[in-house]
Amino acid sequence: MGALGLIIKREYKARVSNRSFIIMTFLSPLIVVGMIMLITYLTSLNQAGRQTIVVVDESGLFYKEFESTADIDFLDLSPAGIELAKSEVEDKNYFGLLYIPQNIKNNTSGVRFYGNEAPAISVLEGIEEQIQTKLTNEKLLDRGVDLDLIDESQTTVSISIEDFKGERTSKISSWIKAGAGGGAGYLLMMFIIIYGNMVMRSVIEEKTNRIIEVIISSVKPFKLMMGKIIGTTLAGITQFVIWLLIGGGLLLFLALYLDLNPLENHSAVGNMAVTKMDKIELVVLDILNLPLLKLAFFFLIYFIGGYFLYSSIYAAIGAAVDSETDTQQFMLPVIMPLMLAIYVGFFAVIENPDGSIATAFSMIPLTSPIVMLMRIPFGVPWWQLALSVGILVASFIFTVWFGSKIYRVGILMYGKKPTYKEILKWIKY
Amino acid sequence: MTDLLVAEHIKKQYGTYTALNDLSITVPKGSVFGLLGPNGAGKTTLIRIINQITMPDSGKVFLDGEPLDPKHVMNIGYMPEERGLYKSMKVGEQVIYLARLKGLSLDEAKKRSRYWFERLGMMDWWNRKIQELSKGQAQKVQFIVTVLHRPKLLIFDEPFSGFDPINASLIKDEILQLRNDGATILFSTHRMESVEQMCDHIALMHKSNKVLDGKLIDIKRAFRTNTYEIGIETPDDTFESKTRLHADVMNELSDSWEVTPAHFKTINENDLKIKVKIPENQTSNNLLSYLSSKGLINHFVEVIPTVDDIFIQTINAN
Repeated sequence: MGALGLIIKREYKARVSNRSFIIMTFLSPLIVVGMIMLITYLTSLNQAGRQTIVVVDESGLFYKEFESTADIDFLDLSPAGIELAKSEVEDKNYFGLLYIPQNIKNNTSGVRFYGNEAPAISVLEGIEEQIQTKLTNEKLLDRGVDLDLIDESQTTVSISIEDFKGERTSKISSWIKAGAGGGAGYLLMMFIIIYGNMVMRSVIEEKTNRIIEVIISSVKPFKLMMGKIIGTTLAGITQFVIWLLIGGGLLLFLALYLDLNPLENHSAVGNMAVTKMDKIELVVLDILNLPLLKLAFFFLIYFIGGYFLYSSIYAAIGAAVDSETDTQQFMLPVIMPLMLAIYVGFFAVIENPDGSIATAFSMIPLTSPIVMLMRIPFGVPWWQLALSVGILVASFIFTVWFGSKIYRVGILMYGKKPTYKEILKWIKY
Repeated sequence: MTDLLVAEHIKKQYGTYTALNDLSITVPKGSVFGLLGPNGAGKTTLIRIINQITMPDSGKVFLDGEPLDPKHVMNIGYMPEERGLYKSMKVGEQVIYLARLKGLSLDEAKKRSRYWFERLGMMDWWNRKIQELSKGQAQKVQFIVTVLHRPKLLIFDEPFSGFDPINASLIKDEILQLRNDGATILFSTHRMESVEQMCDHIALMHKSNKVLDGKLIDIKRAFRTNTYEIGIETPDDTFESKTRLHADVMNELSDSWEVTPAHFKTINENDLKIKVKIPENQTSNNLLSYLSSKGLINHFVEVIPTVDDIFIQTINAN
């Protein structure tokens, strides 16, 4: 085994046998599931119990017009008059009072809601819509329009999206694609930061342990740096593959579970449940329809490319400083492009996956791993993928070279906090 | 070929700072070579160049007649001044890893590390981590790492710093044994006393330049001052007779003899203790016969310059 192989093996072993690596690999999928469940649970807690809204309708148009919903009861107290109703609301601690003035047909601005707390927007919008519909219908009736005729001519259109190869998608799958791309991009960012930091820490460790001089009297600093980066990359890939297996297993389990049971469910549960089931099934189907293999493949490609790019910068930073506390000033230029990529991804890509911003950022090497991953579920032309990967490879070769220059000098420098200017000078040594 | 290591006209510049200025050294095969100089003289830079850790701006290094090349790393063993090992790696695993980086096979590395661990009585540390060892114990591990691949050239930067006296003498004996087995030793140090005992060749460095080099014994000869340290007993061992004798000697030895006070221990309280520098047309025997007429001589030694003296003298002269 050559020296590079030995270093890779040692670094890999050091990473993988680390307790936090093992915990993170096997525990974090559970933590993610747990978090989702917790958030769902907390959201359901957040919804208050049934609320009663008192209605005082002076126009008489809306008598019994408001239908109580799952969360809200409407109580008509129009005969009592506004003042009495107000005191009733306060006495009984009702949620609020909706007041509709007499001349509502001519002047719609008089509608008021009284209450201690502002109602949720969805509640307000619901009430507004009911008033609007009623008023519109009233006005139509006044002008002698037959409402049944309007109902009959109501048409709904739902566009189904299909690409030229005949693959069907739907609006919901658009969101799933965005979610899958976003998730992959976010994961990649986390991987780069976590594993980049590992490389940096291991460089600093060698420097503070002073073993560095012993090692580079045996191997070239470049080999040591590459061994470190490759060994850590392999550890990252190991973790990713384990997650993929766990995630794939869960998905397969879910798909099988839904496939096998729908018949029983159809008969056993009511109509509502069936449609809900159908929806979940659709979502799972959409997830299965995603270019998952392609996504996983390019995740690996971009992970390796992006990781090499960033970790050689991380290694150079580690070499330049004496301790982890000194790294702060150099972290900003590393974190910034990653954050930028995430924001561009979440705003530009989801809005318009093939727009010029999204396309440009999926070419710039510092952001392309994340942005391109987000675009992949929406379909990206092959030439763009090839170009983006090509640029990435070219620039990681450059940064590895550049980083190794700083690394080579930095690992032997002790005792002073370097500035950017000084680091640039090292390249010439 | 009798020179193992030859460095010719090495120059190294860091920005505007000159670390090595046209430096050449020659290390004969089988010698213990001392590279001496105060901190910042450029010793470590030179050693790093020999180890191919840094490249010289100009100049050439030859190992055993061949221009220095990456394959030579396995012929060199280097113990840096700042010792270091992976703290959380097991001792045995670590020694084998570092030996394999030098090009040994797994089996060979295992066999040789067993040998050394047994020799230095460290076998029960094999599965311990470095962080569980004391500093002196870790130093011994470091020593094994340095010598395990049987290099032709062993480079020790401040080899005895950090060792307690027992381990220091143990390591000293091991180093000399390695020399007897055919290795060449290069020491770098600013502690001159260790050089006196072990080195047969030295090079003095000062401010990026070599100011002196050669065989230790030749250098000492060159710095010989023909000065003798003398002790003479006074008849009644009193302060008065000592003062009288001193005045006598000062009077009678003409200006060409330099007489200065000396400090050393004798068995009496009031012996006359002086240093006398012998002029060129005289010999030590002339001095001795003159002094024997003055009293009982109990001390007559040539003052041989210590490396320390030579060093200070050379640097002051530069």
